[in-house]
Amino acid sequence: MRWGVVVFPGSNDDARALTVAERILGDEAVALWHKDRDLRGADCVILPGGFSYGDYLRCGAMARFSPIMEAVERHAAAGGLVLGFCNGFQILCEAGLLPGALVRNRSLSFICDLVTVRVETTDTFFTRGCSPGAVLTLPVKHGEGCYVADEATLASLEREHRIVFRYVDAAGRVVPEANPNGALANVAGVCNEGRNVIGLMPHPEHAVERLTGSEDGLRLFQSVQAWIRGGAELQVAPGA
Amino acid sequence: MRPAVTAEVADEHGLTREEYAKIEQLLGRAPTFEELGIFAVMWSEHCSYKSSRAYLRQLPTTGPQVLQGPGENAGAVDIGEGLAAVFKIESHNHPSFIEPFQGAATGVGGILRDIFTMGARPIANLNSLRFGSLDHPRTPFLVKGVVAGIGHYGNCIGVPTVGGDVYFDAGYDHNILVNAFTLGIAPADRLFRARAEGPGNPVVYVGARTGRDGIHGASLLASAALDATSGEKRPAVQVGDPFTEKLLLEACLTLMQTDHLVAIQDMGAAGLTSSSLEMAGRGGLGMVLDLGAVPLREEGMTPYEILLSESQERMLLVVKAGHEAAVQEVFARWDLEAAVIGRLTDDGVFRARWHGEEVCALPVAALTGSAPVYRRPAEEPARLEEQQRFDPRDVREPADYTHALITLLESPNLCSREWVYRQYDQLVGGNTVARPGADAAVIRIEGTRRGLALTVDCNSRYCRLDPYLGAVLAVVEAARNLVAVGAQPLAVSDCLNYGNPEKPDVMWEFQQGVHGIRDACVALGTPVISGNVSFYNETEGRNIPPTPTIAMVGLLDDVERHLTPWWKAEGDVVVLFGRTREELGASEYLAAIHGLVRGAPPWIDLEAEKRLHRLCLVAAQERLVRSLHDVGEGGLAVALAECSLGGPGLGAHVDLEQGMRLDALLFGESQSRMLASLRRRHLGRLRDLARREDVPLTVLGEVRGRNLVVGDVIDLPLDPARERWRRALERRLGGERYT
Repeated sequence: MRWGVVVFPGSNDDARALTVAERILGDEAVALWHKDRDLRGADCVILPGGFSYGDYLRCGAMARFSPIMEAVERHAAAGGLVLGFCNGFQILCEAGLLPGALVRNRSLSFICDLVTVRVETTDTFFTRGCSPGAVLTLPVKHGEGCYVADEATLASLEREHRIVFRYVDAAGRVVPEANPNGALANVAGVCNEGRNVIGLMPHPEHAVERLTGSEDGLRLFQSVQAWIRGGAELQVAPGA
Repeated sequence: MRPAVTAEVADEHGLTREEYAKIEQLLGRAPTFEELGIFAVMWSEHCSYKSSRAYLRQLPTTGPQVLQGPGENAGAVDIGEGLAAVFKIESHNHPSFIEPFQGAATGVGGILRDIFTMGARPIANLNSLRFGSLDHPRTPFLVKGVVAGIGHYGNCIGVPTVGGDVYFDAGYDHNILVNAFTLGIAPADRLFRARAEGPGNPVVYVGARTGRDGIHGASLLASAALDATSGEKRPAVQVGDPFTEKLLLEACLTLMQTDHLVAIQDMGAAGLTSSSLEMAGRGGLGMVLDLGAVPLREEGMTPYEILLSESQERMLLVVKAGHEAAVQEVFARWDLEAAVIGRLTDDGVFRARWHGEEVCALPVAALTGSAPVYRRPAEEPARLEEQQRFDPRDVREPADYTHALITLLESPNLCSREWVYRQYDQLVGGNTVARPGADAAVIRIEGTRRGLALTVDCNSRYCRLDPYLGAVLAVVEAARNLVAVGAQPLAVSDCLNYGNPEKPDVMWEFQQGVHGIRDACVALGTPVISGNVSFYNETEGRNIPPTPTIAMVGLLDDVERHLTPWWKAEGDVVVLFGRTREELGASEYLAAIHGLVRGAPPWIDLEAEKRLHRLCLVAAQERLVRSLHDVGEGGLAVALAECSLGGPGLGAHVDLEQGMRLDALLFGESQSRMLASLRRRHLGRLRDLARREDVPLTVLGEVRGRNLVVGDVIDLPLDPARERWRRALERRLGGERYT
C-alpha cells in the first residue's frame, strides 16, 4: 500500500512516519508538501506531529488552510483513510474533520511520557487488528492535548462508539490518575461519523520497536495494511 | 547624527583605556562609532577569550577520532560508517538569570545553529542547569522559566532533549547556569566550515530579519558581572523563534546537498559583525557589506544597531558567484528570505556601507588576530585550606539509616528529575534508546546498528573544595557514565563557568580547572573538541563555585547491547566493582544530612579508573552483566536505591563488609566504583575478567523482593520510597501536577 505523510512547515514527526511506513512496514511512502494539492495516490494520509507554523496561534489553526488540506478533505469526504497524530489530531479538529478541540494541558506544562490507552472500539480501519479492550502502551508528548467537546457532541461520540482510545491505568481502568492532560472522559482519540478519519494524541509511530520502548503501535499500522489489502482483494474478487 | 567617539564612550562599551589606546594605535586614527562597537564585541571576553586563551591551549585536542577540533562552530569525531558526530556545549547564563524563559530558549537555539552550520542534522540535546538553593525565593521562578524555555525551543524545532543534569546550591542564588548541548550527525566527508574563499563571491544573509534585540549581549551582558540593576539589561536578551529556526535548519541542510555553498556561519554573539569577521578572518580575506540591503524588522535602525544586533535565527553564507538565484530558490521553498548583502574582497579590510557612506573600514586581522591576550594574576584563595579540613569524628552517625537514606533520596540534588524531563520531548526523531534517568542517554544512529551515548557532568561542590580535583572528577564521572551504558568514550566538549577573571582567586580556580580537565582527558584518551568559557558569573562581588561542565560522547558498536542501571530479574547476583575507602569529604551526605560543605573530594587513581572501564566494556560486550550503574553522589546506598527504584522496580538484599564507619561505607563517594547485576552462572567469567584487570569485585547479594535491604541497617520499602523520590522536586518547587 502507499502511505502519504503531509509535511507542513514545522512538522517534526513526518520523517518518523515515513521511516515507519517504509522500513518497518515495508510499504511505499510519499511525503506530501503542504503547498501541493495532490495526494499522489496515497491510500492512507497521515497528518504528523509537530508544531505546524510554529503553533503560535491555536494549534493547527494555520495548517488547516494549507493547499494540501483541500485534497485531504476531498479524500476524507470520498471515504479515504486519514490519520492524525498529536498536531495532526489538532489540525483535523481545526479543519472540522473531527469533532471537539484540543486545549492546553490542565497542568499547563508540556508532558512527555509513556501512557496506557484502551482500545474502545475495534470497528475502525486502525483498530480492527486489536482485541476489544486491549491496553496499549504508547508515548505522548504535547502541551495542548486536553480533549474537549460540548455535552451533546460527547454524548453522540459515546453513543456512536466513536471514542477510539481512552487513557486508562495499567489494569485498564478509566481513572483520573491515568489521564495525562485532563481530557474529558479520558478521551485520547476519536473518529468521524464515517469512521475513516481518526485522530489521537498518543504517538503510535514512536511505538513500533522494542529497542525504543514499545511495539504496541505496530498492530495499529498493520490493521491499516490489512484493511487496504483486504479492500483490494474484494475489488479483484468479482472478476476472478 | 552619529555620536562622537571618545575614551568615555569606549568606557561605556566595556573597553579598558589600554584597549582603547591599542585600537587607536592599530588604526592610526580614532575609530568611528560603528567601529568602536565592533571592537567592543569582538574584544569582549565572550568573543575573544582574552583571559582564557593562554590556558585553553593546554587542553588535548587531537586524536585519531577527531575530524574537527576547537576553532569552528563545533567539533566533530569519526563514528564509523562514513559518519561524523558533531557536538558542542555553550552557556547562556546571564540572559537566563534576567529572563529565564527566553534566555534558556535562545541558548538552545544558538547551540542548535552551531551544529547545523557544520552540515550536521541535530539529533539530540542535553542541558546542564545550576540553580540557587530551593529555599531562595526566586529559585522556583527561575527553574520553571528555564525548563519551560528549553522545552519550548527543543520541542518545537523537533530535536529530542535526552538528558542533562540539575543541581541546587546556594552558590548560584544570584547567578544561575544554563549550559546547552547539541549533537548532530553529518557525512564525515561533508563537514562545512566557516572559512571564506574566493574574492568576488557574494555574501548572503538568510533567516529572520534583524531587529533591535540583543544589542551588546556579548559585551555588556555576557562579559560583565551582574548587579542589582541587571534587570535593566533585559533588552539585551534575545527572543527566540523556534519555528523560523526549524525552517532555517531544513533549508540550510538542503542547500548543503548542493554545490552552491562556500562557507557558512551562524549569527550568534555579536551577530552580523562576528560572523562576517570570523569568516573573512579564517580565509585571510576582506569583505564589503551594504548594510542597506540587510532585511530589517523595524524602521529607523542605525548602521551601529544593524552591525551589533543579536536577533536570532539568522545565518551568513558565502556562495559561489552566479549561484545567488539558485540559493534564493532553496530558501524560498521554506518561505525564507535570502538577501545578497555584500561580497568578499582581497584587501583584508572589513568595510560596511550605509547609503553610500563608508561607516567602517577595519583591517580584519586587527580584530581577529590582534585581540588582547591577558595572563591575569592567579592566587590560591586562603579559605580553601580551612574548608578542606574535616575530621569525621566531628560528625555523628545517623541513628536510623533507613531514614537517612530516605532523606537523601528526597534531597534536592538526589531526587528524581522526572518533573524536569517530562517537559521535554525525549522521543522526536524516533531514535531515543535510553531516555533521561539512566547514567547516560543512548541514541541509535539511524540506518546503522550503532549508537551514541551522551552525558553531561560536574560536581561543583568538589570543584569548590578542590578546583583541580573537581575538574578531574567531572571528566572521570562523565566517562564512567558512558561506560555504564556500554559505550566507549570518544571526546569532550567543555563549558567552563567561572566567576570574575579579574579576581586572582577566580583566575586560580580557572587555571586549576583547565589543568584538571587536561590531565583527566589525556589519561582517558578523550580530547576536547569544542567548548565555551563563561566568565563574570559574579553578582555584587559573589562568585559562583567553579563549574567546568563536561559533556562527553561515546560510541556503542551495537546499540542492542546498551545497558541500563536497573535490576532486571529476581535471583540475579549484585556485585560491586572497585574499592570503598573511608571518604566522606565534600559528599552529598555531609551537605544534605549535616549541612556541611567541607573536606577534600574523594581520591582518584586514573589508571584504576581505566581498568574499571575496560572491565565494564568487556562485560557489556560479552553480555555478562544485565545492569551497570555508576556509584556517584550519595554513595553505595543511594546507588543501590537507584537500581531498585527505576525500571521493573525490583528490590535487593545485600550485605556489606564493614571495617569503617557505617556512614562512610553507605554514603561515601569513593571513585572508580560500579554496581552490576548478572545471572549467577556468569559470575565465574566475570571474576576472571576482574582479576585480569585488577579490579576488586565484591559479591554484595542478590536481586529480590520489593524492598531494598542492606544488612540489618536499612530496610526500605520501594513503593512509598519511589513516590517520595519522584515527587520531591515538584513539591519543593510548589508546583502542582494534574496527575
